Amino acid sequence: MGEFEVHRVRFFGLVPAGVRCLACQPRGGRLALARTDGAVEVYNFAANYFQEKVIPGSEARSVEALCWAAGERLFGAGLGGDITEYDLARLCPARSVDGCGGPVWSMAANSTGTQLAIGCEDGSVKLFQVVPGGIQFERNLDRRKGRILCLSWHPSDTRIAAGSIDILRVFDVCSGQTVQRIMVNYHVQKVKRECIVWSIAFLSSGTVVSSDSFGRVQFWDWERGTLLESHTISTSAVLSLAVSEKEDSIIVGTSTGATYQFQLLPVKMGSLEKRWVRTKPFQHHTHDVRAVAHSSTALISGGLDAQLVIRPLMEKMQKKGYDAALRKFTFPHRRLVSCARKARLLLFQFSQHLELWRLGSTNETGKDGEVLPLCRMPEHLVQLKSKGPEHIYCSCVSPCGSWVAYSTASRFHLYRVQYEGDSISVKKVPKVPKLLLPAYQLQFSADSGSLFVASARGSVHVLQLLEPGGCKLLHTFRPPSGSPEAVYLLAASADGHWVAAVSGDWAIHIYNLKCFKHHCAVPAYSCAVTALAIHPVTNNLVIAYSDQQLFEFSIPEKQYTAWSRMVQNCGLHRVWLERDSPITHITFNPKNPSHILLHDVYMFCVLDKSLPLPDNSALLMNQSTLKQLPENARQRQLHAFKICKKFQPLLFADLLDENCLVMVERPIMDVKTQLPLPIQQKKFGT
Amino acid sequence: MVAPATLRVVRCGGSSLHGARAVFSADSKYLLCASGDFVKMYSVATEETLRVMGGHADLVTGIQLNPHNHMQLYSSSLDGSIKLWDFMDGIPIKTFTVGSKLLALYALASSEDSVFAVIPKSGERDTFQLVSVKLTKAAGQDLEARELSVVLDGVDASPKHIAFGREGEYVASVKEVNLQVYFFKRKQLNRFSVSTTKTKSGNNHFTCIACHPTEDCIATGHADGKIRLWRNFHHKKEYTFSTLHWHHDTVMDLAFSVEGTSLLSGGVESVLVLWHNESDHQKDFLPRLGSAIEYISMSSDGALCCTLHTDNRITIINSNLRFCKSIQGLIKSTDVKTGLVVDPRTKALVLNGEPGHLQFYCLQSDQQLFSLDIVQRQYIHQAGLNQADLVKVAFSAQGKWLATVEEIEEESDPELQLKLWFYDEETQSFKLNTRINMPHDGHITDMCFRDMDELEEDSLILVTTGRDCVFKVWVMVEDTDPEAQQSVSWSCDFVGSYHNYQATNCCFSEDGSLLAVSFEETVTVWDSVTWDLKCTFCHPPGKIRNICFGRLTCSKYLIGATDYGFLCCWNLLSCALEWSAHLNVLVLQPDPLSEHIAAVSWLSKESSLFVFKPNEPRPIYIQRNLCKEKIQLAAFVPRDEPETIGSEKYLWLRRSQLFFLTDTQELMTLSTKSLEERLTPSSKQLAVEESLPVTPFSLLLGKHRRQQSQEGTDLGKLVVHNKHEQDSPAVKELLHTPAHVLPSASFLCPIFINSLLISKENKSAEEVVDEVEMESEKTEDDSDEERDVTEMEQEDPSPVELLGEMTCKLSKAQEKELRKIRKIDYSWISAF
Repeated sequence: MGEFEVHRVRFFGLVPAGVRCLACQPRGGRLALARTDGAVEVYNFAANYFQEKVIPGSEARSVEALCWAAGERLFGAGLGGDITEYDLARLCPARSVDGCGGPVWSMAANSTGTQLAIGCEDGSVKLFQVVPGGIQFERNLDRRKGRILCLSWHPSDTRIAAGSIDILRVFDVCSGQTVQRIMVNYHVQKVKRECIVWSIAFLSSGTVVSSDSFGRVQFWDWERGTLLESHTISTSAVLSLAVSEKEDSIIVGTSTGATYQFQLLPVKMGSLEKRWVRTKPFQHHTHDVRAVAHSSTALISGGLDAQLVIRPLMEKMQKKGYDAALRKFTFPHRRLVSCARKARLLLFQFSQHLELWRLGSTNETGKDGEVLPLCRMPEHLVQLKSKGPEHIYCSCVSPCGSWVAYSTASRFHLYRVQYEGDSISVKKVPKVPKLLLPAYQLQFSADSGSLFVASARGSVHVLQLLEPGGCKLLHTFRPPSGSPEAVYLLAASADGHWVAAVSGDWAIHIYNLKCFKHHCAVPAYSCAVTALAIHPVTNNLVIAYSDQQLFEFSIPEKQYTAWSRMVQNCGLHRVWLERDSPITHITFNPKNPSHILLHDVYMFCVLDKSLPLPDNSALLMNQSTLKQLPENARQRQLHAFKICKKFQPLLFADLLDENCLVMVERPIMDVKTQLPLPIQQKKFGT
Repeated sequence: MVAPATLRVVRCGGSSLHGARAVFSADSKYLLCASGDFVKMYSVATEETLRVMGGHADLVTGIQLNPHNHMQLYSSSLDGSIKLWDFMDGIPIKTFTVGSKLLALYALASSEDSVFAVIPKSGERDTFQLVSVKLTKAAGQDLEARELSVVLDGVDASPKHIAFGREGEYVASVKEVNLQVYFFKRKQLNRFSVSTTKTKSGNNHFTCIACHPTEDCIATGHADGKIRLWRNFHHKKEYTFSTLHWHHDTVMDLAFSVEGTSLLSGGVESVLVLWHNESDHQKDFLPRLGSAIEYISMSSDGALCCTLHTDNRITIINSNLRFCKSIQGLIKSTDVKTGLVVDPRTKALVLNGEPGHLQFYCLQSDQQLFSLDIVQRQYIHQAGLNQADLVKVAFSAQGKWLATVEEIEEESDPELQLKLWFYDEETQSFKLNTRINMPHDGHITDMCFRDMDELEEDSLILVTTGRDCVFKVWVMVEDTDPEAQQSVSWSCDFVGSYHNYQATNCCFSEDGSLLAVSFEETVTVWDSVTWDLKCTFCHPPGKIRNICFGRLTCSKYLIGATDYGFLCCWNLLSCALEWSAHLNVLVLQPDPLSEHIAAVSWLSKESSLFVFKPNEPRPIYIQRNLCKEKIQLAAFVPRDEPETIGSEKYLWLRRSQLFFLTDTQELMTLSTKSLEERLTPSSKQLAVEESLPVTPFSLLLGKHRRQQSQEGTDLGKLVVHNKHEQDSPAVKELLHTPAHVLPSASFLCPIFINSLLISKENKSAEEVVDEVEMESEKTEDDSDEERDVTEMEQEDPSPVELLGEMTCKLSKAQEKELRKIRKIDYSWISAF
């Protein structure tokens, strides 16, 4: 594997925002997720739950509810009182309509996706028509006091169930009248506490399922207004509830972090009588589970501890494989750290500010595994705060460390950083060219002479950086066939000849920088690209896909390399393919051209192309066993993947020079201490 | 009747009550319980043992009510037979011989003529299979039932590991981490397993199983304390389960309520947990049940449940989880350190009971009389904790004083306490009189009172021997402390030692004048007045294991048993060895009421009993191979009245009975009676009743019926009705005699009917007798006609009158006749 001096960086104080709501695309393969900071993310089930799209949030915009309507259109509503439609191609809010009812607590689309219902603070339920190019207010339903916290359409689209405080109501959509009101806390005598109906679902059988703050999941007959079944599952509130499409399974999330599955099971074999039975409990979260979703094969839950947990339903699985494993996502599937190799600087991207750090250094050397004492401590150089409510889309620091660029939804900033001894001056570059904003990815060229800006419609802008502090737009590349989707990943070659860009439709285009023209496109592959990089020596483009496949594409020859073909023929190791998280960064060792360095959240890997690939019978993670083998036996056991799992969770890894690595870790315990205290629970034996 | 030729070793009660799940009778009035080789029947209302049904030759492993006749009971035993009992009368109806060991028994309403049993798989060790046993309908009492069909293979031997689902649709069995469910109709076998991961709290092996009575739901208990509720298990893949977790250790047993709405679970926590609606959050507890729950069973009407505990206790709990009754058998502590002691007052056997308690166990009723808390400290259930334990007990001759020794086992120095208890006549219990801390510096090895019945109280002496090489003599003194509540207390009077040897045993002679104390290899004899060393005996090599003085005519002899397998008898007058025998004696027990001494030896894996008189070296009785287990302790318990024993050989058993305790904690005795004799039904007669639960509905109906019956002239109803009124003794006896032992109905009918008639006042007794004889002749011709006549006759008096005057109009002659019949049929049953 080679020996490296490793900077183990733990001062990136990222605290991911909690998950506020989840929405599964009906009959589709996507999951929309909204975080408490207003960010909206889209995960693609087909691409191994890859975080495909991220729409950064804004201080001014909270998202309380998300729903898919009219096919692929995503709507969000929040306490700002607006209903926002998101542009998933340009990754920004497309248009907003005021709900006119105060803060919006809930929103639901009907089964055909033609109508949206919102529940407002003032107790009104409003219907909106989904029309091409926006939504149109249709009418108000019967208004009563008390905020509407949750809504659910009957699958026939004729009725809406709405949960409020102490009460749940059923509306007739045609007449707009309340046709049933059910007091939820009627059965709890002598309790003066108010009972909040946190979540509701209307089943096609006419059963209304409600979950409330008393820890109950209740099944009601809406016509008679009677309680069919009541399950007390927790001593604290049941916050969220989701029903499978077949309506035979329900997942609920509680404020203790536990989720439970309910299943509709026949009471006796062969009889038609069925009953809801609480079956499996899961304790994946430490905090409130504010959002749950039920896909056809998995139970999905998101909590305030920022975790997205995908728990597959084993009985729905045909075979053991990637889909049959439990997944937990805490950190974003993209890079929030950029590194200035030469200047040994790290730039950390937070939601509303950037931090520039200088790495510490040491004079000492030591043996494998030793911790070296620092002679200079890591130093926090600059904190750049973005102005306005918008969150940062992307950021980058140049390899020389003297340029820092970031972009928000409406603004693009470029700074010139000058180091004079210990003092640092940051100067904003005036008069940046007007670009199509926002920028989705920024990448400086290796010589720090130019900046590539990934933009909407598949375009890449090339800015030339001028001394002592200026820039001009050199060229804008556009894919020859055009593309509606934004570019989300960039890679530039070390020699300044090539730049590769990946847009949201997963097409990879390679542009020639010398003659400013489109060079070629990498053959289309049916999966999302998670990372790519151009080899500094051979100019081969290495691509990592979300299904954990690796490709190597020779840019000069415009074809896959022999090694890549060999990998495709042999297939990768099963353990490699079943890994949890996507490769988020690829880099190379210029001293050792056959090495590819890649990492995901749980491992760092040196891929040695000169060694044979392991077959499925071999041990993939064999570094510790190799150490114990004698030299000649070790040679026989060697294979291409050299994996290190020492650094977890790994947010970023890069090679500073030929034997110096930087690893940015964010221990989960550090994140946990930043979260509010969870609900106190008595544990047996403590 | 077989002559009492041989002496048999019989288990005498005290056997564990938790061999199988207990069964409530259909009306919940009686509780049936497997206990050793017997099936016991208790009254739920009074906790009394009503019946002991014996007949199995080995442990009873399962009892089940006959689903087609709730007055009958099936029982299975390791002897390979299934018996069908009429438990109301305690009479075996049929015996089915299966042939192989039966480890569990299940009876199903849906299977007409077969029961299910677990038997060992032939040819393989430790593998068992569930088979259905076809019970032939043939006549006769002893039947063969060899027609077995295997239902499930690879099941566990424990009866708790198999359960039958609703209406006998399926059977579920668990073993280790595997659950298998077999559907009878579809002939489909589904297997499920839980992961074998070991957690901190233990493994998740299955420990018990119960099936929901009306739904497709299986509850399983696990060794890590979890309860899983399986559903949808007719799908191989889409099965699902939910988990209930409260127990921190093994779930020992589970039971669903009758309707299946709640689930009861119990474990080593001694807490019965009631889970409502299969919810983790709705549960009730009945804590402090004393000891680990082994089995839970529900009555068929759901009003009662009962738990069987590891300490041989049955607790009856009513439906709202209130403690109702408890029946305590002999508590089997792991180590009986106190030995078997007989309380002179109650003749009860006294030994270690609950930790730190002394139990008084009544041998006759097989019930604990009471439990005396000696240690008076909270017992903490925790492994590895040194608990204070009772090690020695001695009673004075009249049972007035009780001396106990308790110690806390420490590595280096044990903490000892000697307590002396005075029997308080007022409270009828023992009261602590004196507590002596550290009476010896080492373990106390033996303790005895001077056994002098006729002497006054102040001559009472207690001697203790200790590992600290001394023996101490304790006497009562006047208490000088004015604050003391009692007038006397005990203090040390004399400390004796011999060459710094450890004192091991002590024993007083019958008249109390001599004290023998054994010091390792030497027996020393001391004068109990002056405490002078009189003489010493020894029989090297070998340390003295037991010593005792001879009694009555043999009081000049001292018997000792040594480690190296010698039994020695010394003559105290000549101070010489009278005789010795090569015998590895474990237990040496003199009979307090005769000269006989019983010695139990252990040689090559069998125990043998030798009974001898000290004056002659030849034993008067030898029983080789008494039992396979090692006998640890023995005791002679005086009989209430001397038994008449025919054979000369067994005369030593005339005045007292020998009980002994094996190392598997089984209490045994020797009996001269034959098997059949011991099995005669107990004298208690049970009221014949329709053993059906009384529901409000049936009460309502009954009221209606009664009105009808009063109007009508239905004979049967009237008879039932008459029973409630005070009957004539003859009719009562007739009604209370079990039906199957009565002579034929045609024979009884005229007498019975005559008894119902209101005799005319002018009719003399002689005439009635004549009429009876006449009518009995007539019955043989035509009984139907006869009944018509009686009905006709009964139409005349008004029903009210009939009820009132029914009472005692039976002539003496008729009574005599009936008695005669009863006598006849008893001899008839004993001939069976």
